[in-house]
Amino acid sequence: MKSLKAAGHPFSVSTRQLAHLHAGNSDQFSRRLAEIGLSPLKPTQIEIFQINVGKMCNQTCKHCHVDAGPDRKEIMTRETLTQCLEILATHAIPVVDITGGAPEMNPHFRWFVEEAHKLGKHIIDRCNLTILLANPKYHDLPQFLAAHQVEVVSSLPHYTAMRTDRQRGDGVFEKSIRAMQMLNEAGYGQENSGLELNLVYNPTGAILPGPQGELEEDFKRHLYQEHGIRFNKLYVITNMPISRFLDFLVVSGNYEAYMQKLIDAFNPSAAMGVMCRNTLSIGWDGALYDCDFNQMLDIKIKDAPAHLDDFDLDALSQRNIQVDQHCYGCTAGLGSSCGGQVV
Amino acid sequence: METYYNPADLAKFGSIGEFDKELADKFFTYYGDVFKEGALTAREKSLIALAVAHAIQCPYCIDAYTQDTLEKGCNEEQLMEAVHVAAAIRGGASLVHGVQMMNHAKKVLM
Repeated sequence: MKSLKAAGHPFSVSTRQLAHLHAGNSDQFSRRLAEIGLSPLKPTQIEIFQINVGKMCNQTCKHCHVDAGPDRKEIMTRETLTQCLEILATHAIPVVDITGGAPEMNPHFRWFVEEAHKLGKHIIDRCNLTILLANPKYHDLPQFLAAHQVEVVSSLPHYTAMRTDRQRGDGVFEKSIRAMQMLNEAGYGQENSGLELNLVYNPTGAILPGPQGELEEDFKRHLYQEHGIRFNKLYVITNMPISRFLDFLVVSGNYEAYMQKLIDAFNPSAAMGVMCRNTLSIGWDGALYDCDFNQMLDIKIKDAPAHLDDFDLDALSQRNIQVDQHCYGCTAGLGSSCGGQVV
Repeated sequence: METYYNPADLAKFGSIGEFDKELADKFFTYYGDVFKEGALTAREKSLIALAVAHAIQCPYCIDAYTQDTLEKGCNEEQLMEAVHVAAAIRGGASLVHGVQMMNHAKKVLM
């Protein structure tokens, strides 16, 4: 499967996605925020420095908001990663959240993790699991990550092979199981090891996710009983109506109903806790965004310098966060963030 | 093409209050209370609703509770097992009347 970009798909252009989200939709997200006194949306405190180190990935998942895949060549350079480290060294931002694509495919990944670890930062690797088996050079990643106390956050949309493979590709479930066993062997997910393996559930279709606690119980029971796997927490994430998932919604005739469902499920409490209030998103080229979704829609930060070159934490802390119709995905029901449900 | 059932009508269920608000309000309050977490979980109630939807063959309810059970974390296997429960009860309801048939046959035949 090609990325939307390689296929020349209209939705590979962010303005075409935004035009689709705006068409025939009068229930503006910004107005809903204003109704509950949250407009303009302001940061609380910037605690998470989320770096997208590149769009290259060994998988091409059907719902991917990054439109990542083997044919994507955008990758963060060592110079830009050095800029990130300089900023992290001089600012009290405690969490470094590394995402992609498959972040481990960035040739500077291990060096960057070592340096961020020296700074005493809590590091998160958003690992797709199958990368651990993709090439012998990745086989020792569990030990490397463990040595640097990296929290591993991995997508596993379902505890059955059918549902996982339908979203992430044939054979992905089996490889993911093996990869989780490798992580368990390195101490991840084991009691008192201090090594966290957290999984991400997102629905495999045009449905909203259920309550995180119940799903976590299901995942823990099935993965342990059927595969002997242990993990710490399950983060439940709603699929955003952008990029490949937007394409799926439109092609399958689910777009209108899904958007209406997100709008009807708008939850003021979830809006209070959206992740863009404590997260800063950095693109592979050093550009700054309010979140990874805004990054993929090319909605850059306003009211503050929007590149690492001119990083200004004070200005960023005062900025107005950019919102649009896709933001309904983070405020529906129990809410959604890179750390799971927020309510 | 006109049909008796229109999927878009499901979203208009609340509009039944136009002709009788008081009874509609009472019904929807009751309905909401029934599906709250109780001695049964919300997920169990949703699966029961899905089975009943098939037993009474309500297309609106089938759409609504297929979506709801999936959103509550049920998988396809569980959904189909619920449908089989409905089918077994419906089939059993016919078959158990076979006893009545046998009783009558045995009575009238030598």
